[in-house]
Amino acid sequence: MNVIEFTALVWIGSFVAGLLGALTGLGGGVVLVPLLTLFFHVDLRYAIGASLVSVIATSSGAAAAYVKEGFSNIRIGMFLEIATTIGALLGAYLAVVVPTSAIAIIFGVVLVYSAYLSRRPRPKHERNLPPDRLATRLKMNGSFPDAEEKDGIRSYNVQHVPAGFSLMFGAGALSGLLGIGSGAVKVLAMDQAMKIPFKVSTTTSNFMIGVTAAASAGVYLSRGFIDPGLAMPVMLGVLAGSLLGSRILIQTETKVLRIVFSAVIALLGLEMLYKGLAGRI
Amino acid sequence: MAVAKPRAGKPWTDKKIEDIVGNLLRVGVLVSAFVVLLGGAIYLARHGRSPANYRVFQGEPADFRRIGGILKQAFALSGRGIIQLGLLLLIATPVARVAFAVWGFAEEGDRMYVTFTVIVLVILLYSLVGSGMMF
Repeated sequence: MNVIEFTALVWIGSFVAGLLGALTGLGGGVVLVPLLTLFFHVDLRYAIGASLVSVIATSSGAAAAYVKEGFSNIRIGMFLEIATTIGALLGAYLAVVVPTSAIAIIFGVVLVYSAYLSRRPRPKHERNLPPDRLATRLKMNGSFPDAEEKDGIRSYNVQHVPAGFSLMFGAGALSGLLGIGSGAVKVLAMDQAMKIPFKVSTTTSNFMIGVTAAASAGVYLSRGFIDPGLAMPVMLGVLAGSLLGSRILIQTETKVLRIVFSAVIALLGLEMLYKGLAGRI
Repeated sequence: MAVAKPRAGKPWTDKKIEDIVGNLLRVGVLVSAFVVLLGGAIYLARHGRSPANYRVFQGEPADFRRIGGILKQAFALSGRGIIQLGLLLLIATPVARVAFAVWGFAEEGDRMYVTFTVIVLVILLYSLVGSGMMF
């Protein structure tokens, strides 16, 4: 395969990954790294480098659209970014020293777990939870446009800030170690632990992913993980896909798509686990 | 179902900051994508026929791992140098967003969130400087 053919195929694959990532709120990187390593036989370190760069593009590109719609909560995002960036820095330094087979195993586990998370029925939030003292002091409670409500606006009170913060540290570490946005863990922290409405959780997660990834990008770049020839089609493909996906999210239910996508993620996860355990990556 | 736009007269908290942040992100991403595309075109025109091989990790040459080297390569119109420059702009976009948020919260007189955003900014700058990318 010459460079032109390789670039075209990687672009197409990245476009699809970006589209699905934005539609499901799970980020493009989660399928990108398995795609590059398993199908294109790219070394894992180049793959996570290119993936991390594309994650910044996905996040910033999609967030630009969401932020204006009034779904994402900038204060929740900013506060939790303290945890994700520290975690990301730690994860990136780990990525430099940990053998690729171990990274592949962790990757596989994360993929399978992400698939499980997105398949598990989300317990319906109780609406109108009482304000939490810490969340109120941190000015995290907010509102967003919701056509189901009488006045078109739904308010929410954030809960369990310390649990959310701890989970975010873990999300950041995974992001730095695996070159992914770890949207699944971020959404878990906000939606499940902090009881933030799902749409606010996914869009705020998307918003945070870019900053989290930027914290590991310096380490990746200086260690030679980011190859321009590979990162170019990956970044451009993911960006185009995610921009398209973020336009669709506002209008459609993502339920069916999440089911299909989670099956793909689980299969890729098992393959990564197998390759990692067999030491073939 | 289409969701109603935020109504006029009932402003979102931090609505103004969010609007500017949205634009900042969009411009940053579009500019970096354009630079990457430009570099990509040069790279493909020059190296498109060579075999693609990413099976073995060799690490990038020193020039593609430091800001100084990337600038040198980009100004020499190396396709890969220009791509790396575009990626640097992309990495800088969220950093600029955080820096802007510091200013925005300061304008609102929100000291607590100025502190939080400064902490995030310091971590980001530490990662860029401390990793040896700058020098």
